[in-house]
Amino acid sequence: MPLLELTDIRFAYPGLDPVLDGASMRLEAGERLSIVGPNGAGKSTLLKIIMGLLAPNGGSVSAFGKRCAEEADFHAMRRRVGLVFQDADDQLFCPTVAEDVAFGPLNLGKSKQEALAIVDDVLTRLGLMHLRDRVTHKLSGGEKRLVTVATVLAMEPEVLILDEPTNALDPVNYAQLIDILQGLDQAILLVSHDPEFRAQIAPAGYHLIERNLARF
Amino acid sequence: MTYVLTGNDKPIGGFGGFRAKVTSLDPRMRIVMTAVYAVVVVSLSSLWVLTAALGLSLWLLAFSGLPPRKTLKRMAMMDSFIIFMLLMLPFTIPGTPVFSLWGLEASWEGLRRAVEIALTANAVILAVMTLVGSMEPVTMGHALFALKTPERLVHLMMFTIRYIDVLREEYQRLRTSMKLRGFRPGTNWHTYRSYGFLVGMMLVRAIERSERILAAMKCRGFTGRILLLEDFRFSRSDLLFSLALSAALAALVWAEVSYAAS
Repeated sequence: MPLLELTDIRFAYPGLDPVLDGASMRLEAGERLSIVGPNGAGKSTLLKIIMGLLAPNGGSVSAFGKRCAEEADFHAMRRRVGLVFQDADDQLFCPTVAEDVAFGPLNLGKSKQEALAIVDDVLTRLGLMHLRDRVTHKLSGGEKRLVTVATVLAMEPEVLILDEPTNALDPVNYAQLIDILQGLDQAILLVSHDPEFRAQIAPAGYHLIERNLARF
Repeated sequence: MTYVLTGNDKPIGGFGGFRAKVTSLDPRMRIVMTAVYAVVVVSLSSLWVLTAALGLSLWLLAFSGLPPRKTLKRMAMMDSFIIFMLLMLPFTIPGTPVFSLWGLEASWEGLRRAVEIALTANAVILAVMTLVGSMEPVTMGHALFALKTPERLVHLMMFTIRYIDVLREEYQRLRTSMKLRGFRPGTNWHTYRSYGFLVGMMLVRAIERSERILAAMKCRGFTGRILLLEDFRFSRSDLLFSLALSAALAALVWAEVSYAAS
């Protein structure tokens, strides 16, 4: 059973040419795949379709063997799939790091004590404990990126989707991010323009080219 | 303004990094007591009792442990907003003349009213600054939520606190890029049009950002409720503080009533 499966996805923004036309892909348990393609090819759109933030004009999205069509289906699948957004400022909206990391677990119905325990656990595991009580928007770009990964990992997703995670990272934070990702056992879907990063995290994957996905 | 709203770990009053004694009190109690205090003081009219109220506010300031000089300076800043009204009042309210200035007669009644307003405003603003202003904006949001303020308003406030700086940075970036391309504001259509574009672009970006934030929140299981981590405790010291303040307010009301009767 694939963790994620897209079949024959077609999508166009209203009034524009189609972005995706018959794209299909699958992600198996424990697999690490990257998606590459030129700017504006529709990689971020594809991720939004996977997460149910955009509805495709045709084709189907399945997660964990179950077809996702309604918002309710996606609501269930989002508990098991974590998406790290391209712009960290979009993801970190709580005043402090601890509150932001706790946001997901609280939504999953954990109690405050459990959520706080998860916060400490995740931050310790990622070596970010020193940022725990910092104000999110005062973090540096690299720190913000690492914290967004923590906020998603706090929900213990089975699949981790990363959209251009290396944007604006300095070498130290870059190395730390690679370290963190290599230490995970989740399946990973990576969108990145950075060949070195892809080689380290997910060498195989799909080319998004001419509105279609091709395995490489 | 953004600095005041978003300063790192700073309470809204900007007393940077300062841990005032008053911050250990329950924020909910502080907000409620401030509201009660304001209502009581506004309803007083005797000058002596109002002076006593100002004294009570000063006592609150001393009790709160906030730096007095800085706080009083802030209070004086508020006075600059009403100073003209206060100066005009003696000349605009008719009554027994006291003195005349450039042929304008000042009245006792107007002077009395001006003093009354000045005392009321300063007493209330000082209490607000010491009790509520010493609170971090985030704590205030949580406390308002605990006081059953509509969730939407609280979220609105918290998002404002979080994103006002991001928007300001975006504005600064756009302004810098305009400047780097030789933009010099002047009184001409090009300037107006460029500022129009700037504001329009800010709006578009803000809307798009809000959509991305909502998407990110949905991806983490958001269903329309933000659960807050902070728990408030109403402790013995909160009870004592609110009782003491209530007693002082009751004394003020009693003084006002007996003054009016005499």
